[in-house]
Amino acid sequence: MSDSAPKPRPQYRNISVPQILSYRLPLAGKSSILHRVSGALLFLCLPLVLVPLFALSVSSPESFAAMHAWVSHPACKIVLLILIWGFLHHFCAGIRYLAFDLHIGVDKVSGQKSAGLVFGVSLALTLVFGLKLFGAW
Amino acid sequence: MTTQERIGTKRLVVGAHYGTRDFIVQRMTAVIMAVYTVVLCAALLFTSNLDFESWRHLFTFYCIGLPMGQILATLAFFSLAWHAWVGVRDIWMDYAKPTGVRLFLEVLTILWLVGSVVYFVKILWSL
Repeated sequence: MSDSAPKPRPQYRNISVPQILSYRLPLAGKSSILHRVSGALLFLCLPLVLVPLFALSVSSPESFAAMHAWVSHPACKIVLLILIWGFLHHFCAGIRYLAFDLHIGVDKVSGQKSAGLVFGVSLALTLVFGLKLFGAW
Repeated sequence: MTTQERIGTKRLVVGAHYGTRDFIVQRMTAVIMAVYTVVLCAALLFTSNLDFESWRHLFTFYCIGLPMGQILATLAFFSLAWHAWVGVRDIWMDYAKPTGVRLFLEVLTILWLVGSVVYFVKILWSL
């Protein structure tokens, strides 16, 4: 790394929303931004959805039944499914980053492969939990 | 400032290693939460009849005379709050550039997280 001879580099500032949307990110980039989005989502829902649901589920048999009634509403199921996806994506992508910290799979090809694995595992598990949530069995 | 404390010709190294600490904290709290989640899921899988009592037992069981279910859940939740603080602060540092706006958002974040912790701890320890 040498900063003794600075080269003029193109600089892009204040990029607009259409520009952001027209970027074609590689799979690892998609996994990365969704890691951030899912983390922010879980943070926002923590005192709004997650802790209240936990409170209902453990406080008393009556509140447990009330939680069941809440969760059986279709709109609630959609919200829960999104949160389940958010958790699973954040979990799987997070484990990928922990592996990177241990210098496992940091080259380009295995990075692409593991990003695909993150999407495969998190979406498959979301499907399983979704089917369970919507009463497939 | 001597030249030895400079990197290259431009960068001056300053700071008090908050970055390193936050980096380590984010990773370690992630590991704690991942382990807790996996253990909890394993316990759920081995519960034959999942009802209110067996669900509640996961957070109220005693071990060697200690309320271990509550202690472990509290530790996991503290990890969650600290992890979320580092992550959300990263988001503000990336996107909220004016110092005043950033400070405001960071204070809101702290209130949001500390509120969640108090709420969770109150629920858990009144079981």
